[in-house]
Amino acid sequence: MDQLEKNLLKEIADLHDIPVGAYNIRTNGESAARNSTANIQIVSKAEKNGIDIIIQPGTKNESVHIPVILTQSGLVETVYNDFYIGEDCDVTIVAGCGIHNGGCSTAEHDGIHAFHVGKNAVVRYVEKHYGQGVGEGKKVMNPTTLVFLEEGAHLEMETTQIGGVDSTERKTEATVGDKATLIIKEKVLTEGKQVAKSDFTVNLNGVNSSANVISRSVAKGDSYQIFLSRMNGNNACNGHTECDAIIMDHGKVDAIPEVSANDINASLIHEAAIGKIAGEQLIKLMTLGLSEEEAEAQIVSGFLK
Amino acid sequence: MLELKDISFTVDVPDGQKEILKNVNLTIGDGFTALTGPNGGGKSTLAKIIAGIYTPTSGRILLDGVDITDMSISERAAEGISFAFQQPVRFKGICVMDLVRFASGRDIGVGEACDYLSKVGLCAREYINREVNASLSGGELKRIEIAQIIARKTKFSIFDEPEAGIDLWSFQNLIQVFENMRKTVNGSILIISHQERILDIADRIAVVADGKISAEGTKEEILPGLLGKSSVCSVLTESM
Repeated sequence: MDQLEKNLLKEIADLHDIPVGAYNIRTNGESAARNSTANIQIVSKAEKNGIDIIIQPGTKNESVHIPVILTQSGLVETVYNDFYIGEDCDVTIVAGCGIHNGGCSTAEHDGIHAFHVGKNAVVRYVEKHYGQGVGEGKKVMNPTTLVFLEEGAHLEMETTQIGGVDSTERKTEATVGDKATLIIKEKVLTEGKQVAKSDFTVNLNGVNSSANVISRSVAKGDSYQIFLSRMNGNNACNGHTECDAIIMDHGKVDAIPEVSANDINASLIHEAAIGKIAGEQLIKLMTLGLSEEEAEAQIVSGFLK
Repeated sequence: MLELKDISFTVDVPDGQKEILKNVNLTIGDGFTALTGPNGGGKSTLAKIIAGIYTPTSGRILLDGVDITDMSISERAAEGISFAFQQPVRFKGICVMDLVRFASGRDIGVGEACDYLSKVGLCAREYINREVNASLSGGELKRIEIAQIIARKTKFSIFDEPEAGIDLWSFQNLIQVFENMRKTVNGSILIISHQERILDIADRIAVVADGKISAEGTKEEILPGLLGKSSVCSVLTESM
């Protein structure tokens, strides 16, 4: 792995080198390194691009890293990764994609991830998207995440796109079973002429299922973001979705909530707030000695922390 | 020493203009000065003019002889002015530790932050990682606001109604905080207050009413007049 690839790996997975535990590092369309463990098997798909990650029931305190790195301008790929997480597991999955595009052709990674989470399993899924490179070629990522939570399962997904991605359309669709819980925390920062679209659909199908989708985003420059969140309460359930956005310069944000209660015992809440940085927040930090620019930067970084 | 020279401040209102401050002249030396007077009299406006949040329509402000009238909020902060808000500002994501760190102007450690927070009666371990948002009570926010001023260690500190919006129990602690500050003061403290117990620890008191300084002097000169009447407002009305 060269220094450029190592830097991307650090940005998206906080990895300085090869991770501990199970991993699959995909570089420019090929598996560059892979390790399965006694409880976590990673196998290539026969019929299409991608891998199956099979986690044995009862696996606790183990992690899987599956970062993707693209440094080749013009490479466009679609990858299918399926996770089968056994009953009573407690695991952390770290994915993410880093693109360095130094050329003039579009580099694109479309990752399609499906999580089949068994009974009472607990999963923390961390995903970071990052782009860099001064070439004219676009850096594009269109992730799709499909989540199936069985009875009592718990999935917490943290998805972050902190910069450098020209265009993204992220689709997430979840089916939540009896007593299962889904938590999604999304953080997005766009600048320049970047475009980011988030599209969440959560089907609360199970008795006493619950979901909480929280999005915090900052749109700078001439960038544009759209946040769509559909929550369908199909049983006795609790759903909450929240979009909180800061707009700066000429940034634009659309937030489109949709909550549907299809059961008398469904309880659903949507909150959305979009606006520029409050003047009093800037003034407060300036009274502490920060310049206006420093105050703005601290407010944004705190907001996306 | 801070000198306000002929400060006037006029704002636009629907039916014309309103003069909030009228040719205010006031010199604030070292020690503890309280600014009191009826609501709407111009106290907070005057404090915000000193901090640079509002720009006076006319007049000059000198800090230790340096004209700071045209300086920005940040520049005045660098010159040594601190301002504690009457209603502390809330944030999303910014923690207590972040604010104390900004206030100190350095990348201080938890130990030093703990010193500042314990001076206002807060246990740092419980608070440093708390977000400065609505999950903190009014009293907690006020104390965190004061801790920042202590951390700044500037030569001129302004407190805009530190007692506003806090409960009685917190108020007892607040008085102690200011009594301690009074003993260790290094520079000037300007405190806007309606509370007798706060006025009682001041060296000097200035009364602001109807946009003017209606009385100014030592605590001994001013306080008896304020307390001797049925209400501060009527005292001020009669004295004008």
